[in-house]
Formats: sequence, C-alpha cells, structure tokens
Amino acid sequence: MTILKNRLFWPAAILLALLIVNVFTSNQFITLQDGHLFGTLIDILRGSAPLVLVALGMTLVISTGGIDLSVGSVMAISGAVACLLIKDLGNQNAVGSVLLIMAVAIAVSALLGLWNGSLVAIVGIQPIIATLILMVAGRGLAQLITDGQIINVQSSPYATIATGFFLTLPVAFLIAVAAVALITVLTRRTALGLLLESVGGSPSASRLAGIRAKRLTIMVYVVSGAFSGLAGLIYSANIKSADSIYAGNLIELDAILAVVIGGTALIGGRFSILGTVLGAILIQTLQVTVVGIGVPSKATLLFKAVVVVVLCLSQSAIFREKVFGRFKPRPAVRAEVPA
Amino acid sequence: MTVMSPEPVTKQAAINPRRRVYRPNSKYIPILATLALLLVMYISGVANYRNFDQPSVVVNLFRDNAVLLVVAVGMTFVILTGGIDLSVGAVISLTTTLTATLLQGGWPPLLVLPLVLLLGALLGAGMGAVIHYFKVEPFIATLAGLFLARGLALFINQESIPIRDKLWTTLSDMRIPLGEHTKTTPTAIVALSAVLIAAAILAWTRFGRNVYAIGGSADSALLMGLPVARTRIAVYTVSGFCAALGGVLYTINSTSGHALQGSGTELDAIASCVIGGVLLTGGAGYVIGSLLGVLVYGMIGTIINFQGDLNSAWTRIVVGVLLFGFIVLQRLVTRRAR
Amino acid sequence: MGEPATNPVLEMTGIRKVFPGVVALDGVDFRLYPGEVHALMGENGAGKSTLIKVLTGVYEIDGGDIRLNGEEVRIAGPIAAQKAGISTVYQEVNLCTNLTVAENIFIGREPRTFGKISWGTMRKRAAELLKRLDLDIDVSEPLSRYSLAIQQMVAIARAVDIQAHVLILDEPTSSLDASEVEQLFRVMRRLKADGVAILFVSHFLDQIYEISDRLTVLRNGQLIGEYKTAELPQVQLVERMIGKELATLESLEDKAQRSRKRTAAAEPILQAKGVGRTGAIAPFDLTIHQGEVVGLAGLLGSGRTELARLLFGADRADQGELSIDGKPVTLRDPQVAMKRGIAFSSENRRTEGIIGDLSVRENIILALQAARGWTRPIPRRKQDEIVDKYIKALSIRPADPERPVRNLSGGNQQKVLLARWLITEPRLLIIDEPTRGIDVGAKAEIQKLVAELSDGGMAVLFVSAELEEVLRLSHKIAVLRDRRLVEELDNSAGVDAERIMQTIASGATS
Repeated sequence: MTILKNRLFWPAAILLALLIVNVFTSNQFITLQDGHLFGTLIDILRGSAPLVLVALGMTLVISTGGIDLSVGSVMAISGAVACLLIKDLGNQNAVGSVLLIMAVAIAVSALLGLWNGSLVAIVGIQPIIATLILMVAGRGLAQLITDGQIINVQSSPYATIATGFFLTLPVAFLIAVAAVALITVLTRRTALGLLLESVGGSPSASRLAGIRAKRLTIMVYVVSGAFSGLAGLIYSANIKSADSIYAGNLIELDAILAVVIGGTALIGGRFSILGTVLGAILIQTLQVTVVGIGVPSKATLLFKAVVVVVLCLSQSAIFREKVFGRFKPRPAVRAEVPA
Repeated sequence: MTVMSPEPVTKQAAINPRRRVYRPNSKYIPILATLALLLVMYISGVANYRNFDQPSVVVNLFRDNAVLLVVAVGMTFVILTGGIDLSVGAVISLTTTLTATLLQGGWPPLLVLPLVLLLGALLGAGMGAVIHYFKVEPFIATLAGLFLARGLALFINQESIPIRDKLWTTLSDMRIPLGEHTKTTPTAIVALSAVLIAAAILAWTRFGRNVYAIGGSADSALLMGLPVARTRIAVYTVSGFCAALGGVLYTINSTSGHALQGSGTELDAIASCVIGGVLLTGGAGYVIGSLLGVLVYGMIGTIINFQGDLNSAWTRIVVGVLLFGFIVLQRLVTRRAR
Repeated sequence: MGEPATNPVLEMTGIRKVFPGVVALDGVDFRLYPGEVHALMGENGAGKSTLIKVLTGVYEIDGGDIRLNGEEVRIAGPIAAQKAGISTVYQEVNLCTNLTVAENIFIGREPRTFGKISWGTMRKRAAELLKRLDLDIDVSEPLSRYSLAIQQMVAIARAVDIQAHVLILDEPTSSLDASEVEQLFRVMRRLKADGVAILFVSHFLDQIYEISDRLTVLRNGQLIGEYKTAELPQVQLVERMIGKELATLESLEDKAQRSRKRTAAAEPILQAKGVGRTGAIAPFDLTIHQGEVVGLAGLLGSGRTELARLLFGADRADQGELSIDGKPVTLRDPQVAMKRGIAFSSENRRTEGIIGDLSVRENIILALQAARGWTRPIPRRKQDEIVDKYIKALSIRPADPERPVRNLSGGNQQKVLLARWLITEPRLLIIDEPTRGIDVGAKAEIQKLVAELSDGGMAVLFVSAELEEVLRLSHKIAVLRDRRLVEELDNSAGVDAERIMQTIASGATS
C-alpha cells in the first residue's frame, strides 16, 4: 500500500512496462559486441543523456519556484561555440585542446545562466519572462556564432562524448550518471537541497529563518545554464556539427515535463532528483517504444500529448477531488481556517 | 495621549485628493515608446536604403505579418487577464493541416472554414475551462494544449499538403488596390479588421472591461460580482479562434497546409505583445500596442532584408534586446505607479 | 438596552458556523438598524471575520437564520449578498486599481447605448456620485493614482450606488492617517443620515467611541452582549473583549512568581531609542535585559506585532536608534539580527513560520543551517541528536522527526518553531502569539518553557493577546494602544489585569 502511494510508483511502473515491451519488440534489447554493450536499452540510456542533464538543472530551478525556458537556446549556443573553436584547431583530434574548448563552452553557458539568475533575483522579473528573453535572443546568438551555417567538425575526441564507449558503456550515459551523482551530492550531502526546498516552499518563512534566497536563486540558474551547455555539447558531438536551429529545440518542454513526472511540483518546494531522472528516461523510452511497437511516427506526439494531458490534470487537486472524490456534500467554501 | 485625537480635525485638513504630483499618464508610456521606436526605425530605413520610402514597404508589413498579427490580437486578450497561451502555434499547425486535408478531400470550402475556426475556439475554451475550474497554471494547461494540437496535426499528416480549392486560390491571388502602385491582400485586410474589432471590444464592451478587471485583480473582480469564469474561458476561446484564423490566413497565403507551420509563433506573439506595452502580469495594455509590436517585428525583418548582407539571426537578437528593454521599462513604470 | 424605534434591517439569530475542530460561531445574534453605525468588537478568534463572511455569503451557516427587512434569506455568495443590498468594503480595498475611478464604481453595470459603453455618461455619473460624498477628484484617472483613503471612498461610493442598505466596513481605518479618518467619518455620517445601516470594524477604541451608536462584543465565537456605545465605559468594553480566562495553569504559578525575582544588575541586551516605522508603529523606547521577560500587551492591531518585527529586522525601522550590547546596529534584514543573537517566531505560523512540505527535522534545523550557510551542513547524526532532544524536551507529538510538519497540530507546529530558534541559542527570543489557537496543554508547556528559558538567562520578548499569560510570565510589561507604546509597567505587586486594561482603554494613566 505504501509502495502504491509513492509518487514515483506510477512513472516507474510505466517505465518498466515500456522496457518490457521493448524486450519483445526490439531485435536486440541488450548484447555485448566488440567489448561494447549494444541494443535498445543502451540506445535509450545514451539518447536520454541530454534530456537528463537539462532536466536536472530544471529541477533545481523549479524547486525554487522558478522556470528556465532558455535551456534550448543555451544548448545551441554551447554547441556553436565548441564547434566554432574546434574547427579552427590545427589538429582537431588534440584531446587537451578539445577538453579546454568544452570547458569554455560550459563556462559561457554558465554565464548565460548567471544573466537569467540576475534578472530573476536582482531585477525581480518573473522567471518565465526573464528566461524568455534569452530563449528568443539566444538562438539568434547561436546563429550569429555559426554565421547561419552548419559547422561540421571532424574531431574524434569531441565525438566521443556522444558516441564513444568506456568500460562497455556509452560515454554520454556515463556523463549523465556523473551529473546526477554530482547534483545529488551537491544537494543532499550539503544543505543546499534543504535551503532550496525551503525557499520554494515558502519564501516569506525562509526569509524570516535567515535564508539568503537571492544567492541561491542565482546559483540554480547558473547550474541550469552549465548543464544545458553540457547537454548542448553532447547533442552537437552526436551529429558532429553545430545546428543552431534544431539543437535543443523544444527541449525546455520535455525537461519541464520530466520534472513534473518526477513528482516535483511546478510551484516549487520538494524536489526529487531520482524522479526527474526517471521522468527523463521515461520520455526517451516512450519515444523509442512508440517507434518500436510500430505506432506510426506521426502518432508519437499525439501519444505524448495524451500522457501530458493526463499528467497535468492529475496534478490538479480540484480535478482529483472532482473525479476521484467520494460523493459527499460539497461545502460552500473549501476548508479555510477562520482568522 | 492617543494617536487619533477624537476632537474633530479642521475642515481644511480634508485630504488633498490629488496628493501625487502630475506626470504624463504612465499607462501610455510603453505604447508611446514603441511608437517612437517604430518611427525611428522607419526613418532610419528611409535614410539608409533606396526605395524604403515607397508606400508598399509599409503596406507589405501588414501582408507579411498578417498571421502573427491575428495571433497577437488573441494573445493580447489572454495576457490582459494575466494568463498566457502557448498553444497558438500548434493550433495554427492543426488548422492548416486540417483545412488542407479537408479541402483535398473535397469538402465544401464554406463548410471547412467555419469548422476549423470553431475547432480552434473549442480548443481554446477547453483550455480556459481547465485553467479556471481545475486551477491548472495557464502555462501548463496551454503547454498540454500545444502538444495535443500539434500531435493531432502530425497525426493527420506530416507532409505539406497543397490546396487547390478554387476559393482558396482565388483569395490567394486576389490583390486589392490601394492607390496607384500599392495593393494589398485580403489576408492583410482581415488581420487589420481583427485588430480594429478587438480594440473596439476591449474599449467599449463590458466583456472587454471585465478582461482588464480580471487582469488587475481576479479576486476583486469576483467580489465585485463580475463573471470571472465566463470571461476567463472566453479569452482563451478568443485566442484559440484567432490562432485558427491565423492558420486559415496562412493556408490562403501559401495555398498549402503543413503540420510544422506555426512552430514558435507563440513566442513571436508574446514578444510582440510585450514590445507593444502589454503588461505580462495582466491588466494593462492595448491591442493597438500589440499591433505596433508586430510592426516592430516586421520592420526589423524589412530592414534586414534591405541591408541584404545581414544575418537573419539579428532579428532574434534585436527582438531579445527589445524584450529586455521593454520588460525593464514595464517594471520601472509599474513600480512607480505603486 | 434601548433600541431604535424602527425594525432592524438585518437580524441574525442563533448563527452557528463550525470548521473542522473549531466552533467559530456558536449561537450568535446580531441586529443592525437603519441609520446606525454599529461596531463589531472582539479579539482574534472571537468570530468577527467569520460573522462578516457569513453576512457576505463567503461562508454558509450551519445553524440559525438571517433576516433582511423581516424576510428570511439565504446568502449564497458575494454577488447574492450585493444583490440583497449588503456591500462590504475591506481594508485591502477590493477594487481593480488598474481601472479608472469611474470604471471601478460602475464596472459590471456600465451605462450603455446599443451595447457600447457610454464613457461620458459614466464619468459624469461617477463625478456626481463622488461629489455627494464630498470628493472632488478626476474620475478618468486610474484608481492606483489615489491614496488608500480615496480608494476606500470609491469603494463606498460603488456600494452606495448599488443601493446598499447594509454597508460593512471591515477595518477601513487601519492604514489611514487622522485627517483621512475624519473624512471617512464624514462620509459615514452622511450615509447614516440617509438611512444606511453601517457595520463598522476597527481596532481603534477612540474611533469606536467617536462614530458608533451601538456595539456588539464577541468572544471565542460567542455573543457577549449588545450595548449602546455611550453607555459602556471603555474599561468595561476591554474587559468584555478580553474576558477573564481563569483556566488556571497551577504548575506555572509558582514558577512564574519565583522567576519574577530577577537580579536587577542584569546587563541590557537590546536598547531601542525612538525606533519606529511610519504607518506601523510610532517611535518607542524599550530596553530588554538579560534573563528578562518583557511582555507586550495590547489589543489586536495595537502595534504589538509591528514593534516585535522591527526588533528582528523583519520590517525595517525608518527612524530611531537601536543598539545591541551597547553597540548601535541597523537591522537591515533578519540575518543581521540573527548574527546578534536575536530570534523571532512570527504570529503567522502557517505563512511565515513553518514550511509545510518539509519534515519536522528539517524545519527545526532550518534557521541554524541558514546561519551556517549551505556549504556547511549539520551532520545528519548531529541533526538527529538535536532534533530528538528537542522533540523530547518540548514533547512534540507525534515524536516522528520525518513527518511533514503540515500534518502536525497547531500547538506542535508552534513547538517546532520554538525548537528551530532555541537550537540557534539566541540571547533574545521574540515570540509573537505563540499560544494562539493551540490547546490548553500545549499552551501551559510553552509558558513553562518561556519561564525556564528566562531563568537560564535568555531574554524573551513575549507578545500575546492574553493578559493573564502576559502577567504571569513577564517581568516587565509594555502596553500598546493605537500603534503607540503608551506605558511600561514593572510587573510587581499591584499590577493586575484590571490595571493593564485601564491603560489599554484610556492610554497612560499617569
């Protein structure tokens, strides 16, 4: 009974069911070949890495009661910066230089996050609007960096972060695992998680408890920016080029969805890293499965839409009450404590 | 020994009803700023480029941005109540795909037209009802609407569908002369009419004023006995209808329907409203402002076209910068008004 | 109890309203006559606001009946109330400040020709209406341009134009200055002369005596009585509002008596000189010594909370000097106060105290953790140790540190908040209404705790609406009235509830 009540039960059950479907529908679910693991499961894990990264940052932002719409644009910028710099390298396969370039791209992304965070925490603009600015302008910046072209690169160290394998596992997956571990340690081994949940749960009570919300708020946007940047690198390494139009297109919606599926409320407060990871992998698996079971690809989005609609409605307390509530006389006013 | 002395205070102590210093009405500042911006852009265009002073430059702004204009009109209603509608782009997709498919299937055009408009309005009404009755955030409810509408569009057809219906091709080719060398299209006329009708509704009907009241304070509106539920559902209905109309205009302009059409239009529409001085927190702004916002959008594109060697990416960057400027301006204005 | 010759326009009999766990109104009667100003009096939890919400249709009643002009009515909602002729003007004006003055008066019933709003007619009628209330303002300006007082009068104008027979003014004067209050009263007198029945709520006793004809006192959801204002002395009114809760908490008595003998040589911790905040509390002087319990007494809205908030930096003082340990400080924000060893537990437990989603443990360690910064987490073992200790010491029930704090009762939430601040080892603990709305057992425990803390050397600023409690615990009592600290009493022999009530009722006696 308690397991049923856990908010991650249903997402986990759906994920499991989808995976089982895949065991039967895919040619290879998981096999070992040339010292690498292959198969649908590995594809899912590899493919979900960018979404996991973006959703992680989004989780922290949402826990403070904010939202970050600019993640897709930041991905595009990050990929554009990296590809531009790599293309100019004498030797595109120089590991040291490529690593340095990736660090630069992530630093640029973190700066963009700082911009978002400052608009929200210092200027005091609503998060949706503040990040809308970068969402619109960011893609333009990316196009400007690439000069409207698609920059192709031939760098094997760069490609490795998306398509490489290490210890039989995809590198992209390992990066995502490392990021999850980092965020888990950062929020749960320090007091960061508690303070974020406190700020998101009740800003006024947090202020009176002496929490400096501004710094924390800026920080989560910086983290979100940096992780989006990393996700952008993986995306661009995967296609070996910078595509400023389609990189991270609409990923903010998937990321927000992953966070919501993972049981973190959009109004802020309690967040679940594990839930978000589950949500992100679920979305990716759903996409793979829909194709796998032969649903025409044109129905993929419709299928997803139905899931989203159901999820949104189930998040509404009033909806749950009306649909699942027992038949009892409705009070004129919902329970309110008299002042 | 008490603060409020009970003995009557002299008559002169009656409060000065205008205790604040007079200053230009702050509610017009953003719209005037947009207008000034538009004029500066136009004048610098005329000064720098040959043929920029031709009337067709201005007339074509309406033709090229007819879809965005209609969508921005609907968005204005939603934003005025303090909401947001992310689904408009997807509703455009759905409308164009459905219109093209039905026309291809030989449905009578005069049935298809009201049908798709009704569908858009119904989608909007549905989202409005979810937002009002289930207290789902507008952002989330319309995001779900976005997925649903685009999902339906893709389900119907993923390819671009040509339209060969006579009415559509006739409308598409029709030009309405406006003086000697300038002509415009029916779509531009429709878009402009939408602006005028919306402006009249917002200024002169109870529904329009209720929209503003809800944006000012939904709680107060409820306590003043205004029909909050009806109004809130109505604005999303209007927005859905406008998006569908935008979709129809698109099919007329391009004589085709495509499920990926309209992607991102929601952002352009929201940005146009903000640049036009519509307050994103609701309660302040004018449709005419949104019109100006769309024209600024269009003007940026026109200038970049005339320049020729400029990357189209500049459109987005300039829009981003303008958004930033206008949001900060709005914050200053509202902070001062408090 | 003489009453006007006419029949009451509104008659409520045996009104009962129950919330889960609380009887908010228990058989209350209330009558309102045309052409009178009737004050509704009572402290927190007396049932005033519930009664008003019943009258405006926000709550449905569980018993009793409401008659308007002799006919029994059921008020289904705010709109139905307005239709029935009952209009309400709240302290937080419920108008749309983004609209013009004229629109605010007429929205929803704008004059129209062929469906088009006639702005000219509307402006003209609005201006005429306001002129009748002695208000000559530009009605085409947005309402946000005008002061709160004018906004209230616009709200009244709207109510009057909707043909209100009953006008409810719920704390309209709380944020008005003296001349604005005077103008409001002029309008009220005019309406009264026109036969409107006005229900008036205010925490300012002087205003009650200036404007009201009759008053009804409620306490703990029960009717205490209906009086002619002129015939009820202020002291008796205060007595009736506060009551004499003689539920004795014996174990406490000795303790409190003993702790009153404090050493006179204690060092002052905090000194306030002329500290104040415009619109919240007039400048006051106050010194708090080590180990001293200072009680703040006064009616609701007298400025008790406002004073306490200034001493924690929850609100910023805009005048005066504050020093801690003899060194001047500016309390910009709560963190500054916390660094100096000040702790503050707000009266708004739900919105400014607990964080409902978080567990008991997390709520308890929150302030200490905030002071340490996020990079230096309190080790989990240490957390458990502290939390267990305080759950035991304050007997927090249920004794489950991982339970979300929103599932605890009010008393236990209060204890969690106290624990949150006690673990920061403050030198001055400010607690605002810690015992409000909690059961008698928890109340006694909290009182005992305060006494013990003070014995241990901690200074406590204790804010409470209950005089008995303040008297029992405090070494020194600061009495507030109408947003001003009017008297400081040493709690020695001769000071009793009567004495304090007199001060509350009439200002300083000396």
